[in-house]
Amino acid sequence: MAYLDHAATTPMLPEAIEAMTAQLAVTGNASSLHAAGRRARRTVEEAREALADALGARPSEVVLTSGGTEADNLAVKGLYWARRDADPRRVRVLTSPVEHHAVLDAVHWLGEHEGATVEYLPVDGHGRVHPEALREAIARDPESVALATVMWANNEIGTVMPVRELAAAAREFDVPLHSDAVQAFGQVPVGFADSGLAAMTVSSHKIGGPYGIGALLLGREYSPVPVLHGGGQERHVRSGTLDVPAVAAFAVAGRLAAERRESYAREIGALRDELVEAVRTAVPDAVLGGDPAPDGRLPANAHFSFPGCEGDSLLLLLDAQGIECSTGSACTAGVAQPSHVLLATGTDPDLARGTLRFTLGHTSTRADVEAVAKAIGPAVDRARTAGLS
Amino acid sequence: MTHTPQRPLRVLAAMSGGVDSAVAAARAAEAGHDVTGVHLALSANPQSFRTGARGCCTIEDSRDARRAADVIGIPFYVWDLAERFREDVVDDFVAEYEAGRTPNPCLRCNEKIKFAALLDKALALGFDAVCTGHYATVVTREDGARELHRASDMAKDQSYVLGVLDEKQLAHAMFPLGDTLTTKDEIRAEAERRGLAVAKKPDSHDICFIADGDTQGFLASRLGKAEGDIVDESGTRVGSHDGAYGFTIGQRKGLRIGHPAPDGKPRYVLDISPVDNTVTVGPAEALDVTALTAIRPRWCGTAPSGPGTYTAQLRAHGDETPVTATLEDGELRVTFEQPVRGVAPGQAIVLYDGTRVVGSATIATTTRRTAVAGARP
Repeated sequence: MAYLDHAATTPMLPEAIEAMTAQLAVTGNASSLHAAGRRARRTVEEAREALADALGARPSEVVLTSGGTEADNLAVKGLYWARRDADPRRVRVLTSPVEHHAVLDAVHWLGEHEGATVEYLPVDGHGRVHPEALREAIARDPESVALATVMWANNEIGTVMPVRELAAAAREFDVPLHSDAVQAFGQVPVGFADSGLAAMTVSSHKIGGPYGIGALLLGREYSPVPVLHGGGQERHVRSGTLDVPAVAAFAVAGRLAAERRESYAREIGALRDELVEAVRTAVPDAVLGGDPAPDGRLPANAHFSFPGCEGDSLLLLLDAQGIECSTGSACTAGVAQPSHVLLATGTDPDLARGTLRFTLGHTSTRADVEAVAKAIGPAVDRARTAGLS
Repeated sequence: MTHTPQRPLRVLAAMSGGVDSAVAAARAAEAGHDVTGVHLALSANPQSFRTGARGCCTIEDSRDARRAADVIGIPFYVWDLAERFREDVVDDFVAEYEAGRTPNPCLRCNEKIKFAALLDKALALGFDAVCTGHYATVVTREDGARELHRASDMAKDQSYVLGVLDEKQLAHAMFPLGDTLTTKDEIRAEAERRGLAVAKKPDSHDICFIADGDTQGFLASRLGKAEGDIVDESGTRVGSHDGAYGFTIGQRKGLRIGHPAPDGKPRYVLDISPVDNTVTVGPAEALDVTALTAIRPRWCGTAPSGPGTYTAQLRAHGDETPVTATLEDGELRVTFEQPVRGVAPGQAIVLYDGTRVVGSATIATTTRRTAVAGARP
């Protein structure tokens, strides 16, 4: 098996498994006042401090959620509601057309049901939003902007956005900028305080922690309207009893992601470069998606379009040989659609149907790359015979 | 009849989300074949067909098929053939009704989608065969040629809707349920035993792309209302209708003719004339057909050279009837030993030699025992 879909999810780190299993046997609701509750609260707060440390934030800025999707929804909807409540003129939501669906669909929903005017910022051929584009969009009418949201790094093509410059542009107008950093965390530096962002989403299972836990980094001056109402946990922004074992394990994974980031990025980037080279050698007309410059893309991401192929066909052929990757595009009832990300970058729709995303991770080896090198040429030949049905 | 042990094949199992195709895929895998499941997305907008558990176009069906594949332990994919299905099956269905004929979309789907679009892609991707949950039997002769036969259990036989398959298509077809001598309940029991959750799922009936079963409503939405006359055999106007396309030859119900026929006997649709949007009605005897011509013949093997005697089936789950058939200028001419009723242009005639499917063709014209005034020749 060559598992090359780490951007979908990556195996849990042994240290995180250990931290989680240790907590599973311990009783305690972190909101309780008795000894068991205090013990659980201590575990949670130590985890929060570790996460804050790993993400360059203050502990009070870490709002724990059920994962990336919830954090994105809380940021986008919550900040929109709060900002519009404070000033009804604020109905514009600025975003990019290459966002993950957790942001894209939340923004779309605000447009359909909450009177938001959604504006999609232009992206270049690599899928990158330029700070000037954000500045111009805000400047057209700064008073009417509720928020802006632009991802830190793209989940399909791996392009890294100039988040600090974008945040600086938003700050000029006191507009809050949110960024989905789910793919970026652990691969590129994502210091929250230093980024200038109002809010930032991270997820545990993409960095070797457990599923079902994530966080919204949230500047202390922001009080989004909650999506989940209840017991008032997490600064009254996100109610619900905390999953102590998952929080503890997330913190371990987060700490290790930050500690190991530099060496991991260097090593995984070298392996990724080998993979890109191998695919290009086997299939000379394969088109690398996203920014080809090493510092412009995630080090673990390799994305290709194969002219004349259906991505689904390639997936099937590689899966049959034990190579697990993704077409990188969204599914509706399992039906592959051309990726909205590629279409936004101006890719020809036919070419956009023949995509594969290989994403490496902490368990990746040279053997995985060699498996792809061996299989990709014949698979592309065969998929071309099947054509674009 | 049992399948002779074969070398393991790479098999693509078409999985609708129903119990039959799930059990078929499971049997193919159990026989040692390398099976991959595929669900065909046939509606461009699956949500719009999301009504109930029937049909083959819903998100639930896609999920049910995926669950079955997971339990069987085979890879599973959804392939989007919505565009091909719309062009080759749905649009054809509407056009045929509009032209006053009565199409069978299931045959069309087997000919153009399952054993054409799907099979071609499967072969290109390195598969050897397409497997479905149809009840029919493929027999490999000693010379290696393949024959399509009725299912072992005549009550479940679906060879009629496969009568459009030619030799090449048949060479890559696998029907693991064909030799089943069990009832549907037993197929469900087998599904249950295999841990397939679709065991209790209701059967799908009718036409998969008309989820609510209202064919008239579907046609009306596509073709609009077109009021016209209902006339009797003498050409006298006896009623009106909202669109000639809404009728099928032999239909008795829903004519809404206020007054009875002079002889007091029930009246049936004898003819549909889209040119002048007229529906002709008359007595049951006038439906008796003695001969027909059929176009677009397709043969499971070599085409018959001279006149031959066969049995014919004229609709799914219809009875067999003895015929003499001959091929002239690419057109099939069929004479019935005994007159048959309710034969509609557009339907398929499938010829059998014993249990073997010889071929099929689309009915173009019929010869009535009694001439129908105003009817097309």
